[in-house]
Amino acid sequence: MDTIITVTIMPIMFMLFFVYVFGGAIQTGTDNYVNYLLPGILLISIASGVSYTAYRLFLDMQRGILERFNSMPIARSAVLWGHVLTSLVSNLISGIVIILVALIMGFRSPAGILSWLAVTGILTLFTLALTWIAVIAGLSAKSVDGASAFSYPIIFLPFISSAFVPTKSMPGPVRVFAENQPVTSIVGSIRALLSNQSVGIEIWLALAWCLGIILLAYFLARRAYKKHL
Amino acid sequence: MSKNEIAISVQGLKKSYKDIPVLTGVDFEVKTGSIFALLGANGAGKTTIVKILSTLLKQDSGNATVNGFDLSSNPGKVRESISLTGQFAAVDEILTGRENLIMMASLRHLSHPQQVAKDLLKRFSLTEAADRTAATYSGGMRRRLDIAMSLVGKPQVIFLDEPTTGLDPEGRIEVWKIVKALADGGTTVFFCAAWTPSLL
Repeated sequence: MDTIITVTIMPIMFMLFFVYVFGGAIQTGTDNYVNYLLPGILLISIASGVSYTAYRLFLDMQRGILERFNSMPIARSAVLWGHVLTSLVSNLISGIVIILVALIMGFRSPAGILSWLAVTGILTLFTLALTWIAVIAGLSAKSVDGASAFSYPIIFLPFISSAFVPTKSMPGPVRVFAENQPVTSIVGSIRALLSNQSVGIEIWLALAWCLGIILLAYFLARRAYKKHL
Repeated sequence: MSKNEIAISVQGLKKSYKDIPVLTGVDFEVKTGSIFALLGANGAGKTTIVKILSTLLKQDSGNATVNGFDLSSNPGKVRESISLTGQFAAVDEILTGRENLIMMASLRHLSHPQQVAKDLLKRFSLTEAADRTAATYSGGMRRRLDIAMSLVGKPQVIFLDEPTTGLDPEGRIEVWKIVKALADGGTTVFFCAAWTPSLL
């Protein structure tokens, strides 16, 4: 419960700030800036949510809970999957809270059930990808601060993407980075799905990024975990 | 000694961390139902031995059996017959004392987790605090809960790594009483310490 409040408060503040302070001056080509902003805010919330996975895993390791479970007749991967499942559920709840706040702020979507399911699917994959990165961070951290510090660059990744402003106004190299990093394609797909527009190739790009990161991070997390046995 | 009178048997155990040798050929045997104390200074390799015997680490060479099962070829069977209480009280602070015990009983697939938890709470004088979260427990209570969690499922061999760390004299006496009662009941107790408790 505490985690959900701390995780959602920052993205909600960002959302209020961008909509009511910067929003008037930002030209996105849409009349509803909350609609434009929401996908990026959801990604920021997931990025800050998974830092708690790293933090909790690190504490479990330090307090000997990992050793206790690993000396019991249960599957060794169960501990990691337990953390991953916790992360999925708590991020899902955070996401719902943020969408409710967005609705109060004027977010409206014509999307049907299928589109919402697709959005949930993409966000779940994104959460899984980041959670497995968090597992690596939690397992290889040397201190509590180190365990959650990995998430800061990820939290700021949406700022250098199309999450808040169109990439068109960005200078050359920044624009190239912004247009080719995973957040842009994920944000673009979710935005298209929520506004009932065709998603095109972007969704495949988003899925490829998510699945690629999941596979790589899962592999590295397993390796980091084996080192501890 | 016949085979089932020996709970733990260790022969020529060696382990190095990178280039630093920690164990250079350790041999010993532990009789079933006895209390075995592994004494030594900090950094002598006591925890390393416990970690190897509880299947958390692999030895570089040498053989060891626990409860008749070989560590390298049958780690699953070893894990079924042991229980480890590490240097830190590994309790889940968000859960109550009772919930911690029920979790352990469920993980070991026991048929009546509620009853198991109730009995252990009583045995370790935690009944009154049973429904408070473990975060509110004192150091001594936490240790008692920790050891109680280790006893869920009645493992034949229990490993205690410095079980009295951080406890006041009263708490230490309590732990040693528990250890003695366990051995009297036929459980093999293997513990590490930097000093000999005068109580045993």
